[in-house]
Amino acid sequence: MTSVPSIVQFDRVSFAYPARAPVLQCVSFDVPKGDLLALVGRSGAGKSTILKLVNRLLLPQSGRVEVEGRDTREWSGIPLRRRIGYVLQDVGLFPHMTVAENVGLVPRLEKWDPARTRTRVRTLLDLVGLPADAYAARRPHELSGGQRQRVGVARALAVDPPIMLMDEPFGALDPITRVEIRREFTRIRRELGTTVLLVTHDLSEAFALATRIGVLDDGELIVCDAPEVVAASRDPRVRKFLDTVTPLP
Amino acid sequence: MTALLQFWSSHLGELLQLVRQHLMLVIVSTGVATAIGLPAGILAARRPVIGRPLLAIANVAQTIPSLALFGFLLPLPFIGGVGPRTALVTLTLYALLPIVRTTVAGLRSLDRAVLDAGVAMGMTASQLLLMVELPLALPSIVAGVRVAAVVGVGTATIAAAIGAGGLGEYIFRGLSMVDTTMILAGAVPAAVLALIVDGALAALEGVMRAERPRPRTLAAAGLGALVVVVALVSPAFAGRGGAVVTVGSKNFTEQIILGEIVAQAIEAEGGAVNRKLNLGGTFICDRAVRSGDIDVYVEYTGTAVTAVFHDTVPHDPVAALDLARRRYAAAGLTAGDRLGFDNTFAILVRGTDARAHGLRSIDDLSRVQTDWTPGFGYEFLQRADGYPGLVKTYGLSFAHAPRAMELSLIYKALASRQVDVIAGDATSALIDALDLVRLDDTRRYFPPYDAVPVVRTAALLQHPIISRALRRLAGAISEKDMRAMNRAVDVDHADPRLVAKRFLADH
Repeated sequence: MTSVPSIVQFDRVSFAYPARAPVLQCVSFDVPKGDLLALVGRSGAGKSTILKLVNRLLLPQSGRVEVEGRDTREWSGIPLRRRIGYVLQDVGLFPHMTVAENVGLVPRLEKWDPARTRTRVRTLLDLVGLPADAYAARRPHELSGGQRQRVGVARALAVDPPIMLMDEPFGALDPITRVEIRREFTRIRRELGTTVLLVTHDLSEAFALATRIGVLDDGELIVCDAPEVVAASRDPRVRKFLDTVTPLP
Repeated sequence: MTALLQFWSSHLGELLQLVRQHLMLVIVSTGVATAIGLPAGILAARRPVIGRPLLAIANVAQTIPSLALFGFLLPLPFIGGVGPRTALVTLTLYALLPIVRTTVAGLRSLDRAVLDAGVAMGMTASQLLLMVELPLALPSIVAGVRVAAVVGVGTATIAAAIGAGGLGEYIFRGLSMVDTTMILAGAVPAAVLALIVDGALAALEGVMRAERPRPRTLAAAGLGALVVVVALVSPAFAGRGGAVVTVGSKNFTEQIILGEIVAQAIEAEGGAVNRKLNLGGTFICDRAVRSGDIDVYVEYTGTAVTAVFHDTVPHDPVAALDLARRRYAAAGLTAGDRLGFDNTFAILVRGTDARAHGLRSIDDLSRVQTDWTPGFGYEFLQRADGYPGLVKTYGLSFAHAPRAMELSLIYKALASRQVDVIAGDATSALIDALDLVRLDDTRRYFPPYDAVPVVRTAALLQHPIISRALRRLAGAISEKDMRAMNRAVDVDHADPRLVAKRFLADH
């Protein structure tokens, strides 16, 4: 396929919550460094579970999940998570902290010196289009939904993590803001060379952003390939999914 | 109103001292309860298996009446005893529930997404707690501390019953002297104090909800609070050292006067005295003298034999004293010589009723029992030598069940026609003042209640001045003397200290 080494690797991974039907069945895929893998599929197909297996919020029942060539069973959760940015749909900004404190949180956990953290926070806020002078001292409730999303992205990028996990990060935004923030996000990603796993139910978003698209159906990964390959797939299950959801823009 | 202002201005120093003690009780107990309740609340929120029984225990502790809790704690070593310690333990127990409960509620109501974000960012459990969970739950926790402190201001008034001081001292003193002004002198500042505490903590809570205070602001506030506490507490505890003999008394006028007389007699012999007067009923005084919290108090022979030793009182006064002495000796206590008067029970009715129905003796009550409501103190209703024996001996059966009431309220209740017959003290000043008539105990139902000092034998041996002082008092106080002194305090509102001083000057 490609000579770039995989940074995230799933090898026949199955997962089920106790006493429930399996969420993932024998899922295998590689994410090469610098790629953006978009995971699509109906709700409950297992998309978010894949993200939680990457940052070790969950461990697989069988198979292996490797991050940077190491089984997540061997990673300790805390250092692993500090190398992985995580952006959630409802952002989860800390309401009692300012924008700057939110963005500077992981550097603080990593015991950076305050001056370095301050510089980093300014850089990141500029990067996501929220000038530090105007926004650093505000609190989350003083921001619009789109601005909160940007802060969420900036926070996830704070220690320049090699991997970003994004769970419906742009879901709650109006269409114009969404287009704007996607464009910016792509720029940032290219600039930093971050590897991204993106969960979305919006196919147009997947095709607009991804270098690879994985379609999940009932816990199975039925295709995982470049967007144009997925779009041209003749697999009836893939076709059924592509045709039943919103057509491409 | 003017009487109240006059009282405050003439007792200003004492008032401030009581306010200080009161605040000290509330601040220390709320502080300790927060220090215990916060970690307990965190644990309870994390582990429902521990949390549920913990909350259940705190709930139960809350439902125990405070006086019962005081009585229960008094005999315990280390945490018990007469004075601020027992009060602090009780108040702390009461403050725990609201703090634990709001800590649990605050932690459980946090936004899941925010916590998930913290975990996913690689926070350790303790970082999540300190940086996210506690700051977000803080307003809720402060609300719990606020409830605890306000309830504490109210409950602390009861602490005076076990000698812990505070504004309850005026309330109890006022109750026992039937002095409304003095009751208000304690109750009004207590209410104002509750409002101030509530307002101050409400403001703090508001600040926290609006914006997270900077650590520096918090540190400054904490330091400020510490300074206030130290300033309040140090004078409250000052003057406790150096006392040699501790004199106690029960919570009614005669006992307070007798306590003062004993205290001043010891002082006249050159001893230093720590007064723990107004301590509650027989039970509390007995516990206190046995545990060494007080060295001496005045007891009545009949009460000692029945209520303390659960025995039958001989109707001969000398035999009764001998029995009490023997029993006390076995407990390491010494019953001294009779002070000279017998404060036996007196069955009292209104003078108007006595004249209208021609009532002269207790037997005559059978003629009016179908309409009348008796009213008795809690002790009298319970004790074998109280109400149950009385109705049996005289074959009485009142149509209405007797009403139980605080001893200090009983004379007023009779005069204001809330009850029709009461059991009072033979030496009460109010008998004449309220136009009451004492019915003759023709069947000699009531045993002798000769007043005798009860002293810890160890203290007696250690401080010979006690014996000298008590020898001076033996047989010195007649029933007439006692009634006059009670009248001076109860009716003319004289200071018990001065009444005792005048008595000793004349004898």
